[in-house]
Amino acid sequence: MTAFLGLFQRDLLVALRRPTDAANPLVFFVLAVLLLGVGAGGAERGLGDSAAGAVWVLALFANLLAVEGVFRRDFDDGSLEQLLIHARPRFAAVLGKLAANWSCAGLPVLVLSPLALFVLGHSTAGAGMTMLTLLLGTPTLTLLGAIGAALTAGTGRGGLLLAALVMPFYLPVLIFGAGASTAAVDGQDAAFELLFLGALLTGSITAAPFAVGKALAISQEY
Amino acid sequence: MSQPLINADGLTCVVADQRLFSALDLAVLPGDLVEVRGPNGCGKSTLLRCLAGLYHPGAGRVERSASFTYLGHRAGLSADLTPIENLRWFAAIDGIRVDAAMLAKAMDQVGLGAARFDRCGMLSAGQQRRAALARLLVGRADVWLLDEPLTALDDAGCALTRGFLDEHRARGGAAVCATHRALALPRSAQAEPHGERLPQTRVVALGP
Repeated sequence: MTAFLGLFQRDLLVALRRPTDAANPLVFFVLAVLLLGVGAGGAERGLGDSAAGAVWVLALFANLLAVEGVFRRDFDDGSLEQLLIHARPRFAAVLGKLAANWSCAGLPVLVLSPLALFVLGHSTAGAGMTMLTLLLGTPTLTLLGAIGAALTAGTGRGGLLLAALVMPFYLPVLIFGAGASTAAVDGQDAAFELLFLGALLTGSITAAPFAVGKALAISQEY
Repeated sequence: MSQPLINADGLTCVVADQRLFSALDLAVLPGDLVEVRGPNGCGKSTLLRCLAGLYHPGAGRVERSASFTYLGHRAGLSADLTPIENLRWFAAIDGIRVDAAMLAKAMDQVGLGAARFDRCGMLSAGQQRRAALARLLVGRADVWLLDEPLTALDDAGCALTRGFLDEHRARGGAAVCATHRALALPRSAQAEPHGERLPQTRVVALGP
């Protein structure tokens, strides 16, 4: 618990000290939503039924943008090696770091998603369901993306390489997340999709921090 | 004879077809100071990383039977946090409870005045080194693994570091340091022998 809170607080503090860096994913999300809204002809025409899917895709990219650099600065200043040597359990420390990362990207996107749906001309009926799917889905994206970020931490470049690496694993989350949102608008039962998202989240919380820890340890072998 | 705090057995390390060291044995006992010397690129840092468990040697093994703190040439200070905040974080990952008084005392000991409230990114290289040294004082691990601890320090800072090392060994701690300059105080100034064995200052020379 100390390891989790230690990393969580530290990374939030660092994010506060670098507000422009920390707000990047959120700014991307807001701008992309606004431009998409304008491009689709304003709130009156909008994207209609595809709005939930669009919000999901943008949330996914905002998440990827945030998680891409989650280990880079720590790798450069040496605090990553300190974490790997000294933080016990390593699992909790990694989870704390990722929780802080999600709080700066996934959480604000989640909060803004009803507004985004409105801008994109979506019926407000599905807003609750979209928020629920984002709540279940985006932490999974952060956890899976972190495995890729850890693997590329030592290479000095994430970017497209990371996107190509993790995109296949993002797909199920996107499919079921957007699927549940769309189903809710159509008045259908989305229980299956929600259960699947929950299962993905449970699985990745259990396994991903171990994989991240292992990948980070490999990044130190130079 | 007391048990080694860290025992390396037959370490062999080959990086990019270059043999850095082979069949290296090293037993670090309480009170020991091991100075790892050699020209740049001879594998001093790699040896320390092996001892810390960050790097896995091609052959041989390392047994760590005591707590240790590794201080690499990148000190692990976040540029966005103050020395005090960094120290708090180190304590959190080391699993040590600290209060403000302990942190202030450590900052006084390493001679960081008002700089302790500035972000580490604003500090000079020497001040950052001092902030990193404070971590050793708070951590109180049995073995210190230090990679060029005197880098960027002024004369007073070097004297401080040597003093800390001496106190640490007098308490039964040990240190392995990659260095280009002698770290031990002159014999007359050294502390009393610890236990039944005389503490040793040894030099491990690497490279051709």
